[in-house]
Amino acid sequence: MFAIELESVSRVYQKYSARHRFQTFKSALVKGDLFRSLKADELVTAVDDISLQVEKGMTFGVIGENGSGKSTLLKLVAGIAKPSSGRLKVEGKISALIELGAGFHPEISGRENVFINGIMLGLSKKEISRKFDEIVRFAELEDFIDAPVKTYSSGMYMRLGFSVAINVNPDVLLIDEVLAVGDAAFVPKCLDRIDDFRRRKKTILFVSHDLATVEKICDKVAWMKCGKIQMLSDPKRVVDAYLQDIAAMQEEDFQKRKTEVDLEQKWEDERREKRWGKREVEIRKVTLKNLRGEEKHVFTPEEGMVIEIDTAANEPIKDFVFGIGIFNSQGVSCYGTNTNLEDYEPVVLQGEGKVACRIEKLSLINGTYYLDVAVHKRDGYPYDYHRSLYSFLVSSTLKDVGIARLPHNWTFSPAIKIRPPDKR
Amino acid sequence: MARLLRNLKELYKYRVLIQNLVSRELKARYRGTVLGFLWSFFNPLLLMVVYTVVFGFIIRPRDPAFGESPWLYALFLFCGVLPWVWFSSSSIESANVLMIHGNLIKKILFPAEILPIVSVTSNLIHFSFGLPILLLFIVVFGKPFTVYMLLLPVVVLVQYLFSLGFSFLISALTVHFRDIKDILANLLTFWFFTTPIVYPLTFESIQKYKVLRVLLNLNPMTHIIEGYHSCLFYGQLFHWKKLGVTLIVSLVLFYVGYAVFDRLRDSFPEEV
Repeated sequence: MFAIELESVSRVYQKYSARHRFQTFKSALVKGDLFRSLKADELVTAVDDISLQVEKGMTFGVIGENGSGKSTLLKLVAGIAKPSSGRLKVEGKISALIELGAGFHPEISGRENVFINGIMLGLSKKEISRKFDEIVRFAELEDFIDAPVKTYSSGMYMRLGFSVAINVNPDVLLIDEVLAVGDAAFVPKCLDRIDDFRRRKKTILFVSHDLATVEKICDKVAWMKCGKIQMLSDPKRVVDAYLQDIAAMQEEDFQKRKTEVDLEQKWEDERREKRWGKREVEIRKVTLKNLRGEEKHVFTPEEGMVIEIDTAANEPIKDFVFGIGIFNSQGVSCYGTNTNLEDYEPVVLQGEGKVACRIEKLSLINGTYYLDVAVHKRDGYPYDYHRSLYSFLVSSTLKDVGIARLPHNWTFSPAIKIRPPDKR
Repeated sequence: MARLLRNLKELYKYRVLIQNLVSRELKARYRGTVLGFLWSFFNPLLLMVVYTVVFGFIIRPRDPAFGESPWLYALFLFCGVLPWVWFSSSSIESANVLMIHGNLIKKILFPAEILPIVSVTSNLIHFSFGLPILLLFIVVFGKPFTVYMLLLPVVVLVQYLFSLGFSFLISALTVHFRDIKDILANLLTFWFFTTPIVYPLTFESIQKYKVLRVLLNLNPMTHIIEGYHSCLFYGQLFHWKKLGVTLIVSLVLFYVGYAVFDRLRDSFPEEV
């Protein structure tokens, strides 16, 4: 049995609002075609011919970049937007958590707003009276429920909105990114409630950018791209594919930025500032690769990285040290080392050469990193020093903090019951 | 037509919501003011004071209906201004209402026609707050209570339908043409003076020129306001044929207004 069924559903939006199609009211009247059909170039297809079936009792995740049509899909299922073509069927009562507290009136009390909002979401007055205490308790607003809503903080507003919406007790729950604004204490509570829904075999359509949560709570995930479903499978597979796609796109972006920088002359000056030394030994080229030898700029923390340095020296040089340094976006040194610190003895260097520094596992956290590469004398006299000329990204689904991810694992004695994460 | 009836049936399910939104509207309107609900009485009262001074004492219209008495004239004015304020405020509010509550249309599954209905209805409640004051004045100025006052709900119903139709039309079109808001403000001023509110239909100059009479008769609001005058001021049966035609006009406007609203409905979430 399906709770949500879409049959080649499309939704087309106008690029400009109708108001801009006419210069004036008069031209609208003269042209007289308020309802005229639009030309293709004035339209944007937000949802493009999607067919989808969501089984009853399933928690279905939708991921994708901004503008990929996720929210439109949700609005279509909620009935707020109508499909331009195709057929759509939803079984049972729907509650959509698209914007929490959307119907609140700032001037009247929380109590009255709970009633009105509840009725808007399809509850009867009696039902609300019965659930009122629970709604207020869940929102933790016992002391404020009779104050006008305009005096609430945005967190209180959101909590009350969520609490009403979740108490509607729908058969199909639609959630759009609403948990992103909750504080650290409230979000787990919401997730608990969502878990509760899952246990009661209700259908949930969950749109989120929080991939870790999607992976954790969803039974099936669709990845949307440009209004189409790119992939539909079990959560781990889809999230991985999505991350790979993002990494590939970031990589492309990186390349584009790099060539743009190379093209622009004014960057040259800045480059000079970031590079010094007489270049008795010159660093000709620095490339970042993964352990398989593919050039890359976006890495996961688990991946390794190879920094390849192409050097050239006209004269034989007997005193030389190769060094690298990795800095995060705040300029904090994450790691730095050189051949001298590690007791390599320089003998002689002449002509072209290649140096590779192989890092088996990056173990850094999410973020952008800058790389220093240098060749200098043992006393510090620089031959060629490249300061933060190279950068790379580390992207990770985990949200750990700090400078580096120290290799670690957790163990618990049997008395402590704790579920390990699903295998990543 | 079948669609209209189905939608109206659907709307009936939302009556509790409409009821709550109306009471919210009324509560929120005067929240934070010192006089609170009393403003519903003061607003028309102050308006009437101004009109009485200007028209009753300065311009001094002469008409058999109120002879030389400026006070009777004030009463006459009040009978017309009160329902007019209902009509004009609900129209002006309706012009904005979809934009103001855009959040509801965009984020909640919510029949948008509730919004203009709430505007018209909350202003109807306002209007009814003014009625006790009006009755008080009727007593004070020595006009007799008559059985025809019991027919007041009929006139109110006709105006309610007319206002609803007009509000549907205005609210839906304003989403696409924001100019209507400004046009409407001017139109209402013009409309106010082309409705027998500050002058009675029996006025000498109106009786003299047939053109004026014809024009005034073409205005549906004329017959509605005249209905109020008959029930409350003159104490006689309203011109039931004219009011009957106005009822039909109101029903047609209601149907057209709703049809336009329904036609444009799907564009609201994008345009508001």
